[in-house]
Amino acid sequence: MLDVSVAYNRYKFLGHEFLTWLWYMIETDNEKLMDPAAEFDDLYIGNRVVLENSSHNRDEVISIKGDGAGLEEGVIALQKGAKVTEMNLVAKAGESEWRFNIKGESLNIGNLKSPETGRVEQAEDVEGAVLEKVYLYEKVVNLTNYVYRQFIKSRVSPEWEQVVVKNISKWIQQASRE
Amino acid sequence: MGVLSSSVSITQYRVEGSIESSFMETVTDALKKNTIREIDNEPEDKSVGWTDFQSPFKPEFEGSSFMYGTNLLFSLRIDKKTIPSKVIAKHLKMAVSKRLEQSEREALHKNEKSEIKDEVLRRLFLRMPATPNMYDLIWNYEQKILWFFTSQKAANEELETLFSKSFKLSIIRMFPYTAASLICGLEDAKKDQLEKLSPTTFYRGQHA
Repeated sequence: MLDVSVAYNRYKFLGHEFLTWLWYMIETDNEKLMDPAAEFDDLYIGNRVVLENSSHNRDEVISIKGDGAGLEEGVIALQKGAKVTEMNLVAKAGESEWRFNIKGESLNIGNLKSPETGRVEQAEDVEGAVLEKVYLYEKVVNLTNYVYRQFIKSRVSPEWEQVVVKNISKWIQQASRE
Repeated sequence: MGVLSSSVSITQYRVEGSIESSFMETVTDALKKNTIREIDNEPEDKSVGWTDFQSPFKPEFEGSSFMYGTNLLFSLRIDKKTIPSKVIAKHLKMAVSKRLEQSEREALHKNEKSEIKDEVLRRLFLRMPATPNMYDLIWNYEQKILWFFTSQKAANEELETLFSKSFKLSIIRMFPYTAASLICGLEDAKKDQLEKLSPTTFYRGQHA
């Protein structure tokens, strides 16, 4: 394995490609993202997408924020060569909802809001509350890892260039016309 | 950011290696030996150590108080004293003037000035209380997984250093390359391929 500090910078682009691929998958083949073991029944983009375009000596950052915000600007940015660097996601299991950000370069899970748990009123309540929180966080960590695993398997397969990227390119074109 | 907060950030780590002798005893000893040291009324400007999740200002690490189910839960505490630069400048100027007056000279040697600055900082740090910051961590020993509840770079670096020093185990932060290499179940040939990857251009122009 490569030196960790060198690898962080050299392979940052994988995280950005992951989030760009994830947007495409959410829009076109959402069901494949559902880990059967995790019992989630939906995953969709929340209230924030950040894209960056570093191609052609540019250094543009495009942020789309707000509940229900249209992602048209983001699609135009994709057409110009931008990639997603940060994304807010919503995962649902029945009535329960998890909201969280994923940062491409680090894969950190940020601002994770999990379903409400019981209030801690006495010292005896702490252990139960911790275990409940761990269970709820674990679902999002596992979902993120499951989805990333799917991306990496696809990324190192021969189909990546021949099929996946072609389909993503077509999707970008189609989305920009809608 | 704490485990029980309404909103959390998680940095994932993988723990390499294992503890050979009695697990609980080794961990308890390591936590006690590397417990945060109070630096209020001390001339130091920074202290880093472990603390108890439930009583961060009176850590004891007795028995299995840090076990929650199959997880270990404790916190990294970083105490820091930050003195505004204008306060330092004021006290340094006063100390330099005093020395010049006492020695009846017009200027001080560079080394002398540096010694005065160290003394000024020592006195200021001694009088200043440290600001504590706590960052929780959950360590699932059996699964070799660790979650650190912050994404702050400096706190993550302190964690990596202190964890390795305390438990003689290294932790690897999960980011795109390490996660691809360690948790995606790739065969060796695919791992070689991973190292040769270069960025993809997604939009390839107009399609028919």
